[in-house]
Amino acid sequence: MDEDLLRTAEAWKQEGRKVAIATVVSTWGSSPRQAGSQLVVDDEGRMQGSVSGGCIEGAVIREARECMDGADPKLLAFGVSNEQAWDVGLACGGRVEVYVEALA
Amino acid sequence: MKPDILERINGARAAKRRVALVRFLESHEQALVVEGETVSGSLGGDALAEVETALRQDRSRAVVLAAGRAFIQIFNPPLRLAIIGAVHISQALVEMAKLAGYEVTVIDPRGAFATSERFPGTHLDSDWPDEAMERFDPDRRSAIVALTHDPKLDDPALDVALRSEAFYIAALGSRRTHAGRRERLAALGHGEDRIARIHGPAGLDIGAVSPAEIAISVMAEMTAELRRSRA
Repeated sequence: MDEDLLRTAEAWKQEGRKVAIATVVSTWGSSPRQAGSQLVVDDEGRMQGSVSGGCIEGAVIREARECMDGADPKLLAFGVSNEQAWDVGLACGGRVEVYVEALA
Repeated sequence: MKPDILERINGARAAKRRVALVRFLESHEQALVVEGETVSGSLGGDALAEVETALRQDRSRAVVLAAGRAFIQIFNPPLRLAIIGAVHISQALVEMAKLAGYEVTVIDPRGAFATSERFPGTHLDSDWPDEAMERFDPDRRSAIVALTHDPKLDDPALDVALRSEAFYIAALGSRRTHAGRRERLAALGHGEDRIARIHGPAGLDIGAVSPAEIAISVMAEMTAELRRSRA
């Protein structure tokens, strides 16, 4: 198991894929992954790492795709207070901020 | 993130340097700090002070700086583990420690034990433990686990370990074995407080029986000490 996500990101980029990196920047309550945890995705739907226990990865990947297509980096907030809570909120009741950026 | 910043981060990590990436969450500017020096982008003194704190506490975090809200992501050099004794338990412990992000060295001068067949892809040192441990040079992000049951091999390694800032020192053996070990280390000039740093018997009491289970108990105790000390 290779957990070196930034090396994975570099390797994928060198293969000519579009790559985006999502990083947990802050957490409140019982979020499963601490600040600094990362998820690396590419334009073919591959992913390595995690930013939660699996609750918000789908939504983060959608935003990552926009970044890979040229959108500015974005700071996303998820949690029980979020209006998207029913769709993608953290089942554990925590809150988490995730920064999403393209490797470009 | 610019690809050249990522390459510099990965290069500095490979060279075992202390690295921090500062991302400004509103302006999307980024700065890179290697060993206390800003090598890309620009940072104020408040940022550099926060970077130093984050590295010392081994914890990435969001901070509010004069230049705006920022996320400091830190990359400390890897944790290191020295295992004395290329024994059966070590074979399991090596794999678990690697999964948890440790760089592992197995020390055993007995050629029959320390073979690359038994420890594929692991750094093996077949020198006598005192010399091998001097070379390993434990620091505050190091753990040392003595597993040979043999005082001739364990004691010299523990002697070096006790004079270091290692965050976890442990030795296998029954309580009676450990009592004898304490006396021998005291005779080498180690005080009571210092000897008390050794976890003996090694590992949390989870009723472990098999080598893999004992490795789990040692790994768990090591993790508890790491997170307590914030190495």
